[in-house]
Amino acid sequence: MLSYLIDIFLIGIVAALINNFVLYYFVGICPFVGVSRKISTAFGMGCAVIFVISIAALISWTITTYVLMPGAPLTQWAAGLFMTPEAAAGVDLTVLSYIVYIFAISSSVQFVEMYVRKFFPPLYKALGVYLPLITTNCAILFACLVIMSKIVGVDNPADAWDLGRGLTLAVGGGIGFTIAIVIMAGIREELDLCDVPKPFEGAAITLIVAGILALGFMGFTGVDSGLRKAMMPEPAAVTAQVQAAPEAGGGDVHN
Amino acid sequence: MAKSIVQEFTKGLWSEIPPFRLVLGLCPTLAVTKSVENGIGMGLATTFVLVCSNILVSSLRKVIPSKVRIACFIVVIATFVTVVELLMQAFTYPLFLKLGIFIPLIVVNCIVLGRSEAFASKNPVVPSTADGLGIGLGFTLSLGALGAVREILGNGTVLGMDVFGPSFEPFTFMVEAPGAFIGLGLMLCVMNLVGSK
Repeated sequence: MLSYLIDIFLIGIVAALINNFVLYYFVGICPFVGVSRKISTAFGMGCAVIFVISIAALISWTITTYVLMPGAPLTQWAAGLFMTPEAAAGVDLTVLSYIVYIFAISSSVQFVEMYVRKFFPPLYKALGVYLPLITTNCAILFACLVIMSKIVGVDNPADAWDLGRGLTLAVGGGIGFTIAIVIMAGIREELDLCDVPKPFEGAAITLIVAGILALGFMGFTGVDSGLRKAMMPEPAAVTAQVQAAPEAGGGDVHN
Repeated sequence: MAKSIVQEFTKGLWSEIPPFRLVLGLCPTLAVTKSVENGIGMGLATTFVLVCSNILVSSLRKVIPSKVRIACFIVVIATFVTVVELLMQAFTYPLFLKLGIFIPLIVVNCIVLGRSEAFASKNPVVPSTADGLGIGLGFTLSLGALGAVREILGNGTVLGMDVFGPSFEPFTFMVEAPGAFIGLGLMLCVMNLVGSK
């Protein structure tokens, strides 16, 4: 039980800080560049993404486990109606996963849009066109795909992620996105007062600032293994992680 | 007519070259350009999806109801992404392993959806094909160029061949995450300088 809690905690920390979705995996760059002009809008966007990403993770985990993966119970039952049980056990619907996930995401975005329009009209106005564009925010599909790879790709069924781990990854990733976009918005508010060289105006200077931010976030590399060691002195039995953080070494810039 | 098709093709190679002139599709641009080979492979996969989805969307443009068009486009794109993923798994397995999760993420690449929405849904099949091919090849060129910069500086190689000799100390920084942002930012700046003349 304790090791499960530690595992959940580490998945969250890794997704939010160490392997930050925006600054490490480069997903969700479009809103990161597009909606990071004001802190309040950026924060609203981050909250909308956290909400959508958790709903999408919930839906995709459920669908993958019960319908899409090879040997999923619902599919086996449905296929068993007109197939031999042996043939039904071999039915593999993972090829449909992208279409299913993108449908799940776009319907949850639709839901969030209606909710925000009804209860938070000012935020709805501020987000504008970027709210429906959450559908094409790669961070959300990315979270669904990582969760799928942790369910379908594992050899030992006991290692497959449960719903708790999947949701933690999604919420952690969403929080990481919010942290990155809010920091970026703060820097850009200051940047408006600066004299940026002409060719760097617009996206170019934003990307360079993001590069420096990414350099800062590289400082978190290795924190997860340190935390794991501190909390579990004995060798860990469960080693599910988003991805082992690579060794530091890119931090020193050779000029 | 022939001239306009050539124009649709060439605009993707210079005047609207993604991601420099059309600042879209930054996620794959930053993520897979650790080397020239990865960049070009990703570019060609995107080109395939772009051309096929443009052809299908423009031939169905009178059938698709405008209220649910985005959902229809995205299903078309997701289908072709599944096709290209299976093809790559069958024929270019090492590249498939390197690009990994970024192949399925072509589904949410704004360039593909953007071209369906802005061009293919309003134009006949032949110009849409030319548009898809041009934008796709432009994207491949940009990814190849960014990949080359990062591979030469970060690794001292191009397509695996050594360029600087053994005494070169590579900037490991360039193949890491921050190098991607800064490399693309500097390239955008260079494009702005060239374009403003």
